[in-house]
Amino acid sequence: MAKELLDVRNLSVHYKILAGWVYAVDNVSFKLNRGETMGLVGESGCGKTTTGYGITQLLASNAYIKDGGKVIFDGKDFVEMSTEPSKKFSGYRKIIEYHPEMRKYRWKRISMIFQGAMNAFNPVFKVGDQIIEAILTHEDITEEEARKRVEELYKLVGIPVDRIDNYPHEYSGGMKQRAMIAMALALNPDLIIADEPTTALDVVTQDKILGEMARLQKEKDVAMIIITHDVSVVAEMAHKMAVMYAGHLVETGTTRQIFKETAHPYMEALLKAFPSIKGERKRLKAIPGSPPDLSNPPKGCRFAPRCPYAKDICLEEEPPVVEVAPGHFSKCHFAEELYGELGGEAK
Amino acid sequence: MNNGESEENVVIRVKDLKKYFELHVGMFKFWGEPIYVKAVDGISFDIKKGEVFGLVGESGCGKTTTGRLLTRLEDPTAGSILFHGKDIARLKGKGLKDYRRNVQMIFQDPYESLNPRFTVLKTVMEPLLIHGIGETYDERVEMVIKALEDAELKPAEEYLERFPHELSGGQRQRVAIARALVLRPQFIVADEPVSMLDVSIRAGVMNLMLDLREKYGIPYLFITHDIAVARYMSDRMAVMYLGKIVEMGETDEIIFNHLHPYTKALISAVPVPDPDHKHGRVEIKGEIPSPINLPPGCRFWPRCPYAQKGLCDVKDPPLVETKDGHYVACHFAKKFAAGEEVPEKEVATA
Repeated sequence: MAKELLDVRNLSVHYKILAGWVYAVDNVSFKLNRGETMGLVGESGCGKTTTGYGITQLLASNAYIKDGGKVIFDGKDFVEMSTEPSKKFSGYRKIIEYHPEMRKYRWKRISMIFQGAMNAFNPVFKVGDQIIEAILTHEDITEEEARKRVEELYKLVGIPVDRIDNYPHEYSGGMKQRAMIAMALALNPDLIIADEPTTALDVVTQDKILGEMARLQKEKDVAMIIITHDVSVVAEMAHKMAVMYAGHLVETGTTRQIFKETAHPYMEALLKAFPSIKGERKRLKAIPGSPPDLSNPPKGCRFAPRCPYAKDICLEEEPPVVEVAPGHFSKCHFAEELYGELGGEAK
Repeated sequence: MNNGESEENVVIRVKDLKKYFELHVGMFKFWGEPIYVKAVDGISFDIKKGEVFGLVGESGCGKTTTGRLLTRLEDPTAGSILFHGKDIARLKGKGLKDYRRNVQMIFQDPYESLNPRFTVLKTVMEPLLIHGIGETYDERVEMVIKALEDAELKPAEEYLERFPHELSGGQRQRVAIARALVLRPQFIVADEPVSMLDVSIRAGVMNLMLDLREKYGIPYLFITHDIAVARYMSDRMAVMYLGKIVEMGETDEIIFNHLHPYTKALISAVPVPDPDHKHGRVEIKGEIPSPINLPPGCRFWPRCPYAQKGLCDVKDPPLVETKDGHYVACHFAKKFAAGEEVPEKEVATA
């Protein structure tokens, strides 16, 4: 079996705002092996981006990590390494900005494909120079060598090499995204965190980029976390997935398990609300209500107010994480009962 | 492409509609030939009573411009738009205002399409005031409440005094729908109305739009880039590429029995929410060319795997009916339809 690369344990990231706290990510745990792709899905504001960025601790200055959270990457606990107990808030740890140890991991071991690659490049520098700069910052090689590597990367992601000296505005959206992928691969990282990598792109371009990412992921054997709101992208790309709702991970498992043997009512509802071009056309089911305000989350299960299966206990107690099948977890009081009963995509 | 018997039911008929935007490049605007962006270049379709007509395509294909032409937010360069048989393509002044009473639009971004300083009541009442509908204030409020209830904002009284920032994305889009409905329009153009909404909210708004279609028989032009959404919403759909309709027909006919190579590529690229689904990727080369420098002949040929030299790069294929109600603009449409083999050829790239 593949080697474990990332182990996130009980990670909670809360934001301090004037009116109190926003409980953006609460008690999130998952594991990722080398060379594996995980899809992190959820709706806007569910904490999926905070979780992803929390791994490399690229968080806003008002973000605090709760004591007891661990992000173990290749044996090293990032939380212990680059945070310190907060002086203002007991029970919380504050991220040390520009931590020299952490910076050795960022981009070199863990790189990111940011949301909206359209704007991720600096418009006044040539794209190639920006990638060269990223390489030179982390590696002790000459500029010519770095340029050589950028040429190879461009070939790898399918951009003509003569475009290296173009500015970002001369690239199309798809090309910028490819250049972003090239930059993410530039230092042979072990893990790539891709935040909505294809959201702003057209379907044909999206399909090509996803195909490219899947191919490179296999070729280079990097692990990948794809953060997205689109379950169909995850179905296509990921080995395993984690479903987030209102700061909680509600279901984790292999992609097959979650789509075919859904064990959490939220995932079932999500699948029933998602149109497809396959199969029969049937009426979609909307999820009533809207996600809770995370500065004041409901007491029990956070999905309970919208859940068709909710009982009294759901409104009172936070549900435990139940393993319904090997490697398949659901955070629901009735996970055992509902497992096998919930209609996944197939039904 | 009209059948005499259904003439009565046609609400909107678009004939050979064109919109060219003139481009001023630096000093060249003073001399020489003007440069045009051919955003919409000769499209024709009908929208019948109670029908949802989906218009899909990638960004820059002209689908939004088409919607704006139908609501006359843009003036067409050529062609006609018949609304109940009357050409509205060149209406001005009072005539245009009367037309706009009957045609409403729902925009993509509910965060931007609502005035942040207007309450819900004011937003939805505005069209009534503009068109002078309703005798008294109370009568108008009555109409607003009815429209909000139609948009499933219940109890409507609770929403009247709220501002957009106090509403969620889904609720805002429902206000935009109520604003369109309050005039009892005979036709609605919806431009990507659900693409900004989250999955769980999106389904509700789509269902609402379908229910209103059932209830009032209002036809929609539903513009979207998301083919799965278009399939869910529309009865018939058209696929646009660089200002032209390349394929048009019953929705599931297009989804499952498409004939145009571009439609094929587009639909094969749509991700399916099923981990067992293995999709055969149809590779098309390159990216969409700029609508300023259109390739000669068929617009798709530089990327098409079937393109033949001397035919596709010379002659623009017309939109022809291959079978009942299924139109395709491809030189090989008949061959594809008959299941004949069309050789994949490599032509010299443009």
